[in-house]
Amino acid sequence: MNSLLSLKNVETYIDQYHILQDVSFEVPAGEVTVLLGRNGAGKTTTLRTIMGLNPPKKGEVAFKGAIMNGLPPHDIANRGIGYVPEDQGIFGALTVEENMKVAMKKESDDVMERMEWILNLFPDLKTFWKKPGGLLSGGQKQMLSIARAYVNETELLLIDEPSKGLAPIVVEKVMHSIQEMKQKTTIILVEQNFLMASQIGDYFYIIDDGRTVFNGRMQLLREDESLRRKYLGIA
Amino acid sequence: MELFINLTINGLATGMLIFLLAAGLTLIFGLMSVLNFAHGGLFAWGSYAGVWLYLLTNSFIAGIIGAIFIGILLGFITEKWIIQPVYGNHVQQILITLGFMIVLSELLKVIWGPNQIAVTPPAYLTGSWEIGNILIIKYRAFIIVVGLLMYGLIYYMLKHTKIGLIVRAGVINKEMVQSLGINIKRIFLYVFMAGAAMAALSGMLIAPYAGVIHGNMGMEYAILAFIVVVIGGMGNITGSILAATLVGIIGSFMAYYVPELSLAVNMLIMAVVLLFRPQGLFALKG
Ligand SMILES: Nc1ncnc2c1ncn2[C@@H]1O[C@H](COP(=O)(O)OP(=O)(O)O)[C@@H](O)[C@H]1O
Ligand SMILES: [Mg+2]
Repeated sequence: MNSLLSLKNVETYIDQYHILQDVSFEVPAGEVTVLLGRNGAGKTTTLRTIMGLNPPKKGEVAFKGAIMNGLPPHDIANRGIGYVPEDQGIFGALTVEENMKVAMKKESDDVMERMEWILNLFPDLKTFWKKPGGLLSGGQKQMLSIARAYVNETELLLIDEPSKGLAPIVVEKVMHSIQEMKQKTTIILVEQNFLMASQIGDYFYIIDDGRTVFNGRMQLLREDESLRRKYLGIA
Repeated sequence: MELFINLTINGLATGMLIFLLAAGLTLIFGLMSVLNFAHGGLFAWGSYAGVWLYLLTNSFIAGIIGAIFIGILLGFITEKWIIQPVYGNHVQQILITLGFMIVLSELLKVIWGPNQIAVTPPAYLTGSWEIGNILIIKYRAFIIVVGLLMYGLIYYMLKHTKIGLIVRAGVINKEMVQSLGINIKRIFLYVFMAGAAMAALSGMLIAPYAGVIHGNMGMEYAILAFIVVVIGGMGNITGSILAATLVGIIGSFMAYYVPELSLAVNMLIMAVVLLFRPQGLFALKG
């Protein structure tokens, strides 16, 4: 088994609600795995389960072969998983620099190199380095959130609906940068914008009502309109 | 005029003592969303333990160090065993911290007896300076200086250290801080211990100022500190020192002119703030 992350029959409760009922998937290293599904299907909860924010009650979450069930979120992050939440989670009153510094575990050569690389990818962040994160535009917040999640020795990035609420031209830009990041790290991408997802993704899983119901190479979904209509309600 | 200045200085000194108590409370609430009613108990313990050591050794400095030490120790115990089991549940927090507050107060009476204990400042802080017609009581000036120094220290820690940065980030979004690989529980513990140490320091400093200490002193000042936290904005240290100054000065003037309304006026201010600016008078956002 050479997948970086695997979920096996994962079930997650939020309070008494049985949100994830049977989620299983594999994330191969170096690829972009896309999670698709209608609103409320359980995509965000799946990412939160991986991060340990909504820990799984049953099943198994394994990263690099080690089971992570029950670990606190900071341990999971420190094993090399970066999280870009749906709302970006920017510390609004803190500057861009401070947002990055909260994330930076140490100032090793590797981390500094990553910092340089990511700031070259997102030059806007350098421009607004001393500005409060809360004053950034939607697209810039997305960039900051991605940069922050990437800067440590991150091997897997979880990105939740990065195109949400952004103007089409900004979506284009963010998607282009995620394409660039593909060279550097493995990615799980949750994306409603099918066009974008299909351009970046290598493999997809469809989540419906808290279950993984279908999967395949991205190309399959690009070519099969009836599949898209059946699971995603789009043509 | 002299009366005005004297009442103001008096109010400032009281304000600083309330600030020291409120500083921990506001950070604990802002960062951990914990309603800690035991804070007044930590304050009273700082007072008793510090005074005990002060009277025993005849060294005021030893008393202060002892108070801070007991504050850190009790802060550790309280966070680990009283607060941690009830994270996220406000009703349980109120019940268990109120209960623990009572336990702390009663233990004081068991150990040091039910009677008030009289305390005076050390010789070098006794008396006053005369500037023109104005008498500045040394001990009050000392409290104001310590209060400002502590504010400066907290401000510096929050603005210029990594742990301060993490605390500020945690006040905004705890989950995100954890998701970036930071063990927020450990940060909670540190903040709680620091807050408890400041409460205990406040309790020690207040003893020679008030002249006596007693077992129920915690509740009295904790109420003022809660008012300050609300007026200043939860999690906001600068808001706290401004609000504490306001509450201290109002208290000082009211106590002179209409003593029976002193607490009522502060309560009234809090109620008005809650109605019109629930995020606090000095909150930056909103
Ligand atoms: N905190 C919560 N309490 C109760 N139900 C929740 C909570 N968060 C999410 N849910 C429910 O869980 C389901 C999955 O939500 P989510 O994972 O956010 O879906 P998606 O990201 O696919 O839109 C939804 O039905 C949602 O209403
Ligand atoms: Mg979602």
